[in-house]
Amino acid sequence: MKKTALLFLVLLFAPAAGLAQAKVRIVSTLQDFASISQSIGGDLIEADALAKGYQDPHFVDAKPSFILKLSRADLLIVAGLELEIGYLPALIDQSRNAKIHPGGPGYLDVSVGCDILERPTGQVTRAMGDVHPHGNPHYWTDPNNGGIIARSIAAKLSALDPPNRATYEKNLAAFEAKLAAKDKEWMAKMAPYANAKIITFHRSWPNFAKHFKLDVVGEIEPKPGIPPSPSHTLDIINLIITDKIKAILVEPYFDLKTPKYIAGKTGASVVVGYPSVGGLPEIKDYFELFDHDIDELVKALGGGTQ
Amino acid sequence: MPRKTVRAGAGLISALALFAPLIAQTAPESASAEEIEALRAELQQLKEQMKAMQDKLDALAAPLAPASLPPAPPAPAEPMVGEAVPPPEGPPVGEAPAPISAPAPTSNYFNPSISVIGNFLSVAGQNETQPQPAFSLSESEVSFQAVVDPYARADFFLSFAEEGVEVEEGIATFTALPWQLLAKVGRMRTSFGKINTLHFHVLPWPDEPLPIVNLLGSEEGWIGTGVSVSKLIPLPKDVYSELILQVFDGDAEGLFDAPSRSDLAYNSQYRIFSDLSESTNLDMGFSYAMGPNGITADSKTKLGDVYATFRWKPLRTATYRSASVRGEYIRSWLENTVDTVTANGWFLSAEYQFTKRWSVGGRYEISDDPDDSSLQDVGQAITTTFWPSEFLQFRGELRRRHYSNGEIANEFLLQIQFAIGAHGAHPF
Repeated sequence: MKKTALLFLVLLFAPAAGLAQAKVRIVSTLQDFASISQSIGGDLIEADALAKGYQDPHFVDAKPSFILKLSRADLLIVAGLELEIGYLPALIDQSRNAKIHPGGPGYLDVSVGCDILERPTGQVTRAMGDVHPHGNPHYWTDPNNGGIIARSIAAKLSALDPPNRATYEKNLAAFEAKLAAKDKEWMAKMAPYANAKIITFHRSWPNFAKHFKLDVVGEIEPKPGIPPSPSHTLDIINLIITDKIKAILVEPYFDLKTPKYIAGKTGASVVVGYPSVGGLPEIKDYFELFDHDIDELVKALGGGTQ
Repeated sequence: MPRKTVRAGAGLISALALFAPLIAQTAPESASAEEIEALRAELQQLKEQMKAMQDKLDALAAPLAPASLPPAPPAPAEPMVGEAVPPPEGPPVGEAPAPISAPAPTSNYFNPSISVIGNFLSVAGQNETQPQPAFSLSESEVSFQAVVDPYARADFFLSFAEEGVEVEEGIATFTALPWQLLAKVGRMRTSFGKINTLHFHVLPWPDEPLPIVNLLGSEEGWIGTGVSVSKLIPLPKDVYSELILQVFDGDAEGLFDAPSRSDLAYNSQYRIFSDLSESTNLDMGFSYAMGPNGITADSKTKLGDVYATFRWKPLRTATYRSASVRGEYIRSWLENTVDTVTANGWFLSAEYQFTKRWSVGGRYEISDDPDDSSLQDVGQAITTTFWPSEFLQFRGELRRRHYSNGEIANEFLLQIQFAIGAHGAHPF
């Protein structure tokens, strides 16, 4: 009986005692960071994301199955800027994994060092909608920030796994080279539409717009997180007609009813733009994210319809 | 008075004083005493100008400084000529001073996140058995939450109504324990069943279901003061499972009554959660608890609970469409002087969110009286919820309860919840 009890206890505590793991286990909140991690870590890491690319990153459920993932993680990569405030703190607290708590060696907020836009300067109140007091958290949609995120991840992986530092540095160099080449290609595609005015559904695209020289002149949401209202929709329709705006960029997790209604009244095209990797099966990595979104935008801005 | 301004000003003055001997030294040896005197006078003039500027800055900044800031330390006295100059207290010379309009209240950095959830409840209709006022601000909640140190965090939830405030929860959670353990100490909603663990504002109804009210002592459910330890139990196929063991003080309002200090209440729960698919999941739990009921020196009340919640939420349209079905069964064994009374209670409810802002739901509830199982209350309710934003919620409930005393109470409950302060966790 005593032996059985002892065996039970051993089995119970064995997984926590930790067997030497060959791979660095990364959990990121967004698939974008998992994809960049994969580019940097290659076979040396395992990367998994909590939110799917077609999911609203503000509203992810704090499912207990995520606690399991976090309990096993060596590194947690977050977007920060309170994007994950509705679900991540509770999950981290229950993860039983001190490494991945903010301030721990396995916690990485990749917003640090990135070009963050729309940092409120005056007083912030929720009368402005669901604003983020530390700035717009959708910053990874700028490829320059993608490069900064990659450098942060490479530095963190080198710190966690020093013997493989050279590999991480080599992979980072390859990622940066590919990003630079792809960026030239994307910029060339977007060049004819420099300063084109567009409408977006939510404020997910300021970094994308800044990098690719688009001018976001309005949002379908009257305020961040507030669903479209009839009067604001009418304002947007008038704005599109006045400014001859050709594209309405909508994230995949928003209802297309209002964007399509506006498009029907104005002749503008609705473009489903994916802010994250994994939004569509063909968007498998960070490069394909821009490949897809830019091709779709070019189609709309070039006069084609969806 | 903003400390930084004072420090920056003091720093500049100190730096000028520091450079004064240098200026004097660099003066050509042949310089006449008049020239040195002239330089000294110029320096004195500069000092006075600096002082005037500093006073002006202080006067400008004073109305902008928050009243709660502690008084700034007095500015160091100007050093006398020839006196040793103390190192400047402020930022090094050359460092840009902080803008006057943004005083750095460093003491706020470690303040806990504070939020308040108001709960306005209006009730119409007749109910003699469980009367409630026409309007009330019951079960409103203030929370203070922060990390204590690298090993623990603390969460305080104060529940307040017109008549007073009480600590609903006050917990220290030890988050850095070995062997995947998580420990809590303090006053907490006990991990008995599902609904009992939830704060009032995250319930899918504006009221507690009958099994909680009847079998767990009161509308508040079972809140205990003690220790809780939980551990993740590994299961195959990424199924989450957790075992929770808890020991509490033997007194709990309406539920347990401890004749002596050594009479404690115990609770255990085993919880399983599994993602059935990307958009569906199942949450189940089994709980068993016991504690002294004070009827005799060693009589106990024992409680058993089984719950299950099935959720459907397609990820792509998660903010527009979702549904859940939940059920919970509670059994109570109350030992008295003669025998043991076995009482049962359960509810079944469903909610369906059909647009971004609206959801509907229904609930069926039934519960025995724990002291006399021949007495049974039965209720039905339908609810409609409207969320103008994430921080505001309107909910109406049409409720019919058939009490064991024969009364049939038909009521309409209107609940308005409003949250301010730090962004809390989304309920799950």
